[in-house]
Amino acid sequence: MHYLVLERWSRGDSSFHRLDARVKIAALLLYLVAIATTHPFRWSAFAAFALLVLSGVIAARLPLGGMLLRAAAVLPFTATFAAISALAGDTDAAFRLLARSYASALGVLLLAASTTMPALLHAASSLGFPRILVLVLQFLYRYLFVVTDQAQRMRSAALCRGSALRRGAKRERFRAASGVLAVLFARSYEKAQGIERAMLARGFDGRIHLLSSPRLAWRDAAFLGLAASATLGLRFLLTISA
Amino acid sequence: MTPLIDARKVRYRYADGTLALDGVDFQLFERETVALLGPNGSGKTTFVLHLTGLLHGEGIIRVCDLAMSKKNLPKIRARIGMVFQDSEEQLFLPTVLEDVAFGPRNLGLSPEEATRRAKLALEQTGMEEAAARAPYHLSAGEKRRVALAGVLAMSPEILVLDEPTTFLDPPAERDLVRLLRELPQAKILVTHDIPFARALATRAVFFEKGKIAGHGSIDDVVRRFQWEI
Repeated sequence: MHYLVLERWSRGDSSFHRLDARVKIAALLLYLVAIATTHPFRWSAFAAFALLVLSGVIAARLPLGGMLLRAAAVLPFTATFAAISALAGDTDAAFRLLARSYASALGVLLLAASTTMPALLHAASSLGFPRILVLVLQFLYRYLFVVTDQAQRMRSAALCRGSALRRGAKRERFRAASGVLAVLFARSYEKAQGIERAMLARGFDGRIHLLSSPRLAWRDAAFLGLAASATLGLRFLLTISA
Repeated sequence: MTPLIDARKVRYRYADGTLALDGVDFQLFERETVALLGPNGSGKTTFVLHLTGLLHGEGIIRVCDLAMSKKNLPKIRARIGMVFQDSEEQLFLPTVLEDVAFGPRNLGLSPEEATRRAKLALEQTGMEEAAARAPYHLSAGEKRRVALAGVLAMSPEILVLDEPTTFLDPPAERDLVRLLRELPQAKILVTHDIPFARALATRAVFFEKGKIAGHGSIDDVVRRFQWEI
């Protein structure tokens, strides 16, 4: 499962993993802004930005192939709009869309794969992200495990009883899947209620207090300086070279 | 002697109109272990959810001499620890240590003190070696122990365990009995497992249709309500 792989990767022990999550978020934001504002966005720009992230992937000792593959998960969504642009005759715009979204996905994935979710949420909270957003993300992260686990159990139970989930006509499979989805929704709601109660019973006050309160170290500042100068320098070079 | 829990005429109706509790009177005293027995849907779990303020019905509830009110909830939840039927619902942080320290951190303790308490609770439950492991990689028995450690780390005066033997194999159940016997807290056990209740409880209360239909020693209650295979 993708989220389990990410969870495992995020618990790595490289020096990149040990960087403060706040500086990683700041570096990612700079990187995303640089991608969005670099004009024109050609192959060279895509390759340069991708290389920047890939150096981070190597520093974090993350599997290169796995990262490139998972970042491609964003392509089916943007490919639709890229196809529309291409059909309208603007192939450059189609390429820009695909290249920008893939390079951005790589950056986001590097952050997610090198930072544990609680540390990420803690950093987002201390950087002043809206509390409600952080809270929703916290619960989303928690319920993701519950819902997928529940879905897998229900799927196994359905298949054991000869369900049409795997065979039969498309219409039959669609009906079986939609039935399972409806029950999954109801069960997930019950589970979510149970989790909420368990959290409240242990004094949950709307925030997850981590054991370690991270402090910025000189290496965090050095990383941010390096990342900012590389990203902004790259953007500047790409713009003047055009 | 002042009871640790004093519940009077507790009534609760679910949103769909089902009357789940119909005038329950219950007291729990220091060092007591009480087993709540009764059929499914008789109101046992609904009742214990009232004790931690997770459900609010009619009637009066006092926990450790604190009236059940919104203002007192944080104090009450620090004194009464609840281990839920499905331990998985209780475990959600990336490592066992962080999860066990979740409650102490919510009590406002420093990270150092929360870590100390979490380690102590893990030691008490024999799970100290799992501190760095991810909770979802543990067995059912280990998850139950970690869930219990998460509650013990808050140093409660009362423990409520809802169906604690569900998913446990006999050795894990035996270990749990041994562990619970050593804990000094007063306990409420919601259970269908009569040997387990017999091993731990000093008395039993039988729930039926949202009311307490009878109470007494485990053997008395089991015989009176024919509550054994």
